[in-house]
Amino acid sequence: MKSLTSLFREASKPKKYFTSNNCQRVFSSSNTENGTKTTSMNMFQAIGSALDQTLKSNPNSVVFGEDVAFGGVFRCSMGLQEKYGRQRVFNTPLCEQGIAGFGIGLAVTGTTAIAEIQFADYMFPAFDQIMNEAAKYRYRSGNEFSCGKLTIRAPCGAVGHGALYHSQSPEAYFSHTPGLKVVIPSSPTKAKGLLLSCIKDDDPCIFLEPKVLYRSITEEVLEEPYELPLGKADIIRKGDSITLIGWGTQVHVLIETADLARQQLGINCEVIDLVSILPWDSETVCNSVKKTGRVIIAHEAPLTSGFGAEMAATIQEECFLYLEAPVQRVTGFDTPFPHVFEPFYLPNKWRCLHAIKDAMKY
Amino acid sequence: MFSRCNKLVSSQSTAQKSVWSCLRSLIKNDYATEATFESKPFKLHRLDSGPSTKSTITSDEAIEMYKQTQMIRRIETAAGNLYKEKIIRGFCHLYSGQEAVAVGMKSVMRPQDSAISAYRVHGWTYLMGVSALGVLAELTGRKSGCCRGKGGSMHMYATNFYGGNGIVGAQVPLGAGVAFANKYTENGGVCFALYGDGASNQGQVFEVYNMAKLWNLPVIFVCENNGYGMGTSTERSSASPNFYTRGDYIPGIWVDGMDILAVREATRFGIEYCTSGKGPLVMEAATYRYSGHSMSDPGTSYRTREEIQEVRQTRDPITSFKEKIINAGLVSADLLKKIDVEVKAEVDAAVKIAKSEAEIGLDELANDIYSNDLEKEIRSTTPFLFYKHNNSSGKTPINL
Repeated sequence: MKSLTSLFREASKPKKYFTSNNCQRVFSSSNTENGTKTTSMNMFQAIGSALDQTLKSNPNSVVFGEDVAFGGVFRCSMGLQEKYGRQRVFNTPLCEQGIAGFGIGLAVTGTTAIAEIQFADYMFPAFDQIMNEAAKYRYRSGNEFSCGKLTIRAPCGAVGHGALYHSQSPEAYFSHTPGLKVVIPSSPTKAKGLLLSCIKDDDPCIFLEPKVLYRSITEEVLEEPYELPLGKADIIRKGDSITLIGWGTQVHVLIETADLARQQLGINCEVIDLVSILPWDSETVCNSVKKTGRVIIAHEAPLTSGFGAEMAATIQEECFLYLEAPVQRVTGFDTPFPHVFEPFYLPNKWRCLHAIKDAMKY
Repeated sequence: MFSRCNKLVSSQSTAQKSVWSCLRSLIKNDYATEATFESKPFKLHRLDSGPSTKSTITSDEAIEMYKQTQMIRRIETAAGNLYKEKIIRGFCHLYSGQEAVAVGMKSVMRPQDSAISAYRVHGWTYLMGVSALGVLAELTGRKSGCCRGKGGSMHMYATNFYGGNGIVGAQVPLGAGVAFANKYTENGGVCFALYGDGASNQGQVFEVYNMAKLWNLPVIFVCENNGYGMGTSTERSSASPNFYTRGDYIPGIWVDGMDILAVREATRFGIEYCTSGKGPLVMEAATYRYSGHSMSDPGTSYRTREEIQEVRQTRDPITSFKEKIINAGLVSADLLKKIDVEVKAEVDAAVKIAKSEAEIGLDELANDIYSNDLEKEIRSTTPFLFYKHNNSSGKTPINL
């Protein structure tokens, strides 16, 4: 797997981060050095490609959710109903609890069930089904039954103007639930490989897609199906001064912060994309922190009981004697996600840089 | 004078009665003071008799209702434009096409009655007492907004209007809670819990049907059926598209939601039914939305432009009401034109302020999370500026 990961990194040099909303629909194929074919894709196209290849290779797989038949709000399932028919790609009524429960039922019969909840903010009506039913099916049946064929996709995170109910990042709620796997991609390449892994995985997976990334990044993505490992973090940039950890959109903020820190402070930050929230790769994280002695965890969700809290606790347990400064968290505020004040609420690069300065001079 | 009344007989066979009242009043002055109109028959579920298909309104009432529908249409047109100009950001759901439901209901609601709805609420907010500026400035996130810009499109509130709720179907159980309070305090009020055909498939709607009937609460579940739950038509989303029968053991009424007066009579009947202690009702108002589900949906990928055009031309709630009241001699076309000009001026003025006004201060970002925050400084606020928790000065919640 490790070689695969590095292969994809080579195959997918991001062209641009945050290239505004211009969706670059370049479908030109090109060949990489080792002969594998790639296509320029943004994230919704990469996700669409993963869904397409699953439906194609696995006749016992279905895709469903609110308005997915005509592509879904974010166009991930565009053209799939035409290709695979109404029996396999279909709209559900607006009933998230029903969608989740229905998906569990399908999965428990062995069907590969890929459900879309239209926004992660709407997962809360389905919360009981996910955390009480899906997560515990295997455990409570003594491993006789499971709904591992279930994958629930949902767009999450800030988008610039989503306000209270189209912006939230609920990963921490799910991280408190043994039995689930929770994954958040940060690029088209990762989205495709991780989604295919989640779909194949034998446990129920929550796949949270940062919606601002759907159209803002284009990469050369492998055309053929491939999988990326779950539970493994990805060191995006090597460094020795301080470790910066994020996931989803925040990874890109941290890359920009690392650039700033190099210019302003002359330091090399190690940037880690956590990728999997549950389980999370404490080994990669702690090895990095032991090396740098300083760490900042950044996420969009509020501070209190955010996933950064769990990581901070583990880091101080594992790396106590290596730490040169306290573990810092740069996060959304402990307020509801605001309407007009979103730019102030988010843990932007200036706030992250400030935390780096604090950590460096501690 | 007689030619107008004659014309009325030929053009509106359904409004025979209004000819006589029209004639009577024409003798006194140029325009009728009241007229009676016939509406499409209602469909009933578990009811022996339903609302009256005859609706009598005065000239003043006609003028008021006309003004309200026009105002809502104008506000929504302005909102659509502001969204396209990127001055309104985020999620914006327009009510154009559905005005008759809110205006017809509001016309017979009493001061003790209340309403709660989902996210298509600009029109309802206006009717419940917020000015056009209060609505538009809320949409643009400015100071004069009815929530001072903190709620945005989906979250607007007024006295006896419990919002403005962003999650599909979540408001419906709240309506039953409000109705229980009405019953408990014996204030005689009825709560209208509004939801769409899409939301009608949420489990919590059925949970609360049971509670409402079990305790005979004065709540009217109003399903505004505009034909599409986001991009999925009712036939494709709902095993039974007869939403007025969905309460099973709760009686229901189907009403033409494009006809203000039919909605008015159905609502009047509903209030009488609920206040007589018989418990809840389900009311389905068949209506149509001209725009997409929200501004990010062009609204044409799951229905044809021709379909929308046909509704606009043959069933538009404003056009049909306007024709009715002019033909019945209740108002002059000139007066309605004058109202149109006034409405336009008011909305234009509101748009101007909603565009140019400032947002509330940044310090308010952390206000009003609690009534009494035990930690004054909000955790995780920036290292550059710490936000203290406050309650907005001098404001007490309007519902208490």
